[in-house]
Amino acid sequence: MKDPIIQLKGLTKCYGPQRAVDDLSLNISKGEIFGLLGPNGAGKTTTILMMLGLTDPTDGTAFVCGYNATSNPIAVKRKVGYMPDSLGFYDNMTALENLKYIARLNGLSENEIRIRTSELMEIVGLSSVMTKKTSTFSRGMKQRLGLAEVLIKQPDVIILDEPTLGIDPGGVQEFLTLIKRLSKEQELTVLLSSHHLHHVQQVCDRVGIFVKGKLLAQGNIETLSADLFGHMGHVVSIKSAHAIPQPWSLQQELEQWEAIKQITMDKETIVFECKENITPALVRFFVENGYDILGVRQKDYGLDDIYQQYFEDIN
Amino acid sequence: MKTMNSQINIYKTAKGIRKSSPFGVVLHKEMADHIRSWRFIVLIGLIILTFIGSMYVSLGNIRSAISNTNDPDHTFLYLKLLTTTDNSTPPFHVFLSFLGPLLGISLGFDAINIEQNNGTLTRIMAQPLYRDNLLLAKFVSAMIMVGTLFFVLTLLMTGGGLILTGVRMEPQELLRILGFVVISVIYVGFWLSLSIVLSIKFRQAATSALTAIGIWLFFTVFYQIIVNLAIRSILPDPSFLSQDQILRYNEFILDLLRIAPNQLYTDASTTMLMPSVRSLGPMTMEQMAGAIPAPLPFRESLMIVWPQVSGLIGATAACFALSYYLFMRREIRS
Repeated sequence: MKDPIIQLKGLTKCYGPQRAVDDLSLNISKGEIFGLLGPNGAGKTTTILMMLGLTDPTDGTAFVCGYNATSNPIAVKRKVGYMPDSLGFYDNMTALENLKYIARLNGLSENEIRIRTSELMEIVGLSSVMTKKTSTFSRGMKQRLGLAEVLIKQPDVIILDEPTLGIDPGGVQEFLTLIKRLSKEQELTVLLSSHHLHHVQQVCDRVGIFVKGKLLAQGNIETLSADLFGHMGHVVSIKSAHAIPQPWSLQQELEQWEAIKQITMDKETIVFECKENITPALVRFFVENGYDILGVRQKDYGLDDIYQQYFEDIN
Repeated sequence: MKTMNSQINIYKTAKGIRKSSPFGVVLHKEMADHIRSWRFIVLIGLIILTFIGSMYVSLGNIRSAISNTNDPDHTFLYLKLLTTTDNSTPPFHVFLSFLGPLLGISLGFDAINIEQNNGTLTRIMAQPLYRDNLLLAKFVSAMIMVGTLFFVLTLLMTGGGLILTGVRMEPQELLRILGFVVISVIYVGFWLSLSIVLSIKFRQAATSALTAIGIWLFFTVFYQIIVNLAIRSILPDPSFLSQDQILRYNEFILDLLRIAPNQLYTDASTTMLMPSVRSLGPMTMEQMAGAIPAPLPFRESLMIVWPQVSGLIGATAACFALSYYLFMRREIRS
């Protein structure tokens, strides 16, 4: 494994007796898109603030790009672009002025600023409105301006806190594609926090499930589902054109099969829980016995189920 | 690791040909904001109106003030312009002791909390900018605005006076007027830093403005009343006291009153603008004996007001230190 670019060790933050983040350890390597997934109030934002030195951890350390975020936040902030969840801009300034202000704060030269601002406005698709005041901007436009602002410092890492909040579905799609593309093109490491499973599922290489200050699981979607649902095996549901008569003559024959663990029936749908993937064999069996099959569905476990499972554990 | 560092350095040197410091950038932006804001225009209007009003009154009475030979200061035409009045309106420096706080408070009461409420603070703090630079830029930008305003006004006043009267200006007068301007700017600076502290402390701009105005009112109106009340109930009856004791008590009362910044300012500006003021406390007959009522040289006046000025600077610095303390390790969350 490559050297991690974000390294959290035993990170803890207490607000009074409440532990907002509890002994969090996490490594994120370069070029990865990591999704921090959790319900509201799970401590995602607090974790991000600690990574940027915007709040001090009660215990533990956060290393970002090789710098300690608590003792050396300026060095971290040079390398990290951060987009907070509630984005605000100076309303009396135009989008371009807002962007230039941030660029200047990062010490870019005027020449560079001119080139990069127009380039980035093009990338995020705000070229036509960049001389408008940001008070007239919609949420989605602000979000895109925020992304431009994050990118103007040419960061190594970008941290996006709830980037998809409050944008319409089309906008979300566009935004996530943009992030994914930029990450691949510029070898950016992206940390993305969200409570929207589907958004995370679309772009992230790896996700961490974060509930009540604790990281419950991490890995890519396949590993997570294998971990969680491995014991449940494969599930296949077959839909027949006609209702299955009760009792069913073929049931006994099927129960003889080694691989089948359980059969449940509901009118024309039969669900098989199997130890291995025997879908073709099942279909052949039905066809040979003269059943008309309307549909066969193999159940995959998505983030939804994963998420649900973890919440059940908590509640 | 080493190669990575050297790469970063190369990157940096290649990047910065003309690079201004983050502090300069924030300062620049803050000043632009002030200039464009309605609030500042209104305040400028108020100050200029006051200035014109008091100038008008003093110009009307300048002839009698200058020809009044009983007054040891009657030769200082330009100082007289700032202090003469026909008692219908207070002179400019007294006006300023009311308006100065208002100016300071209104420029600073929403310095930090409005950024926090708009969500811009998180964004700015995520940039490579030291937190104290932000505070300092907020303070310095307002100070530059106020300083420029005051200097422009006084220069206009002296220039106008030169044209209208044709009287030559003494170097001493210029120094005194400049000294007065500097003291006024420091006075405004105190209220500015106080209101910045409040803007960090309170998340609502209205709360911080009201608190600042409350403190201002307390010091201008109630503080003297409270001190007087307390003293009357605590101190012994003056008729049973010796001359010496009365003097000591008076000194003590004055010291108490000088906790109020506006008292310090009034003391300092009066001494600066009226060269014949020799002491800000009571004087004994022995001290007075043999003294000719004559104006003091600038240096001497400066010596008299020095404690006041350093008191004001000290109070400003204390507020500023407090704002650093509150802001440095605070969680920035919108």
